[in-house]
Amino acid sequence: MTDVFDLIVIGAGPAGMAAATTAAACGASVMLLDENASPGGQIYRAITTTPVRKRRILGGAYWVGENWTVRLKRSTVKYVPRTEIWMLRAEGNEIEVGVRDATGARLLRARQVVVATGAMERPMPVPGWTLPGVMTVGAAQTMLKASGMVPEGETVIAGSGPLLYLYARQLLAAGCRPALILDTTPPSNWRRAAWHLPAFVASRYFLKGLSLLGAVLRKVPIERHVRMLRAEGGDRLREIVWQSPTGEQRRKVDVLLLHQGVVPAINLWSAAGCRSVWNDDQACWHAEADSWGQSSVPGIIVAGDGAGVAGAEIAAVRGALAGLQAAHLCRRIDEGMRDGQARGLQMALSRFLRGRDFIDALYRPADWVRTPTGDTIVCRCEEITAAQIVEAGRAGCPGPSQLKAYLRCGMGPCQGRQCGLAVTELLSKVLERSPGDIGHFRYRPPVKPLTVGELASVPASVEDEASVVRL
Amino acid sequence: MFKRLPDDSRAIVRLTIAGQPVEARAGDSVAAAMLAAGLLPARTTPVSETDRAPYCMMGVCFDCLMVIDGIASRQACMVTVRDGMKVEPQHGARRIPGQSR
Repeated sequence: MTDVFDLIVIGAGPAGMAAATTAAACGASVMLLDENASPGGQIYRAITTTPVRKRRILGGAYWVGENWTVRLKRSTVKYVPRTEIWMLRAEGNEIEVGVRDATGARLLRARQVVVATGAMERPMPVPGWTLPGVMTVGAAQTMLKASGMVPEGETVIAGSGPLLYLYARQLLAAGCRPALILDTTPPSNWRRAAWHLPAFVASRYFLKGLSLLGAVLRKVPIERHVRMLRAEGGDRLREIVWQSPTGEQRRKVDVLLLHQGVVPAINLWSAAGCRSVWNDDQACWHAEADSWGQSSVPGIIVAGDGAGVAGAEIAAVRGALAGLQAAHLCRRIDEGMRDGQARGLQMALSRFLRGRDFIDALYRPADWVRTPTGDTIVCRCEEITAAQIVEAGRAGCPGPSQLKAYLRCGMGPCQGRQCGLAVTELLSKVLERSPGDIGHFRYRPPVKPLTVGELASVPASVEDEASVVRL
Repeated sequence: MFKRLPDDSRAIVRLTIAGQPVEARAGDSVAAAMLAAGLLPARTTPVSETDRAPYCMMGVCFDCLMVIDGIASRQACMVTVRDGMKVEPQHGARRIPGQSR
């Protein structure tokens, strides 16, 4: 493929669909690449294909996504599903995009790239979290959206954040009752969140949250102030143990679903050289970006949760702003037109942002979740424990990238996606430096697995060949 | 570990997982089909050979790596089921055909 698109958008969630359709409406030639089989991202996962017929099961906030898939279908955007992106690289005035699909790997080029790879659930490294039978709440929700499946047997939902309650309500609507919700939100978070309470009460999130909580409270027992959760069972999950305010509790379970909010997926844009920023309120990294989403690398715009987690509605607005900026940079619209169209979006943004500070403060994960101890596995791939990481820090390991040499931590197939945040925070604690100062793993392409054969099949430039051929 | 809601009208897709015949639905991921059939684990780890199962269902944990139609280290949550597909758990690190152990 030799066509150069004005814009390639990566990720067909709300931000990606908004960016692609907005830029296309401005006259830009746009390709939208996504690794899933159908558009929607994770929040609107499988929205065009879901077998879940009763609309009240997944709820109104899910079906809003149809507006975007309809808009996408009616646009001139070239939408390409089932395509993984393994590299982004600035090449002259263009951005090179490494893609892989059923036919192999190749490179595409665009004048601008919008990275809308969104967020993933924050890993919750508790003892036993690698046991079969333990999954994330988001994973179980994906099973519901994409395949119409619900957990079987005694199911406990544990962690912190609105998704715990949203998923519980979806299960109830589907005729499936979770046995228990264990809420790990630390009581001290309420003190911090209280500052933001007036804005939250005045926001659109307040009534939504209240009705959600009410619906779940009536049907599912909820235990609060839960600490030190662990899963036990040898070859698969059989029991969970936790500290409640009244002492240690133990319960037989079949399925344990964990959740601690979501954090930006940083691998792709970070490997492309985009600078990241530590956000202490959310305890995670996001891309350094201006109000258009422009990253530190010219030609790469980061839209949606990758530039700071704020939810689907804000992601769509930021996506549209990114689409306008990309169209402007491709000379499809002038500055005045861009700013004119952006005005309404910026107003919507400030409306949607109202109340988010409260949510961030209330659901900031507890210390015991972010910095596990002892034999708890942090790196699932290489099976590296919290104690090993702390010990490496004490032995002089100065940061996450060096930790790879000490322990192979972060060097397995997930490429640090699961251990990255805990590694930064554990080293921050033992070295007594801020997480922003400690930094994160140096991510490198390919950020998705490629075979050597696929890599070798990528057409090489004369310069590429000259760099490896002996004269 | 998971069960289907009753009103699923998608076409049936037949595949084998760990040698067992499994009926999935068109559009299911291999990982979802496996969880519905209760055929765990997906793999054993290269380091300690302990059992693992799908954890994230969105391609970011790599704990559902399986051998799908003879190709190892495929993410079962990112592959859609097809009729006649042959899925096997992956034991330890990937072995490339012809590679000595």
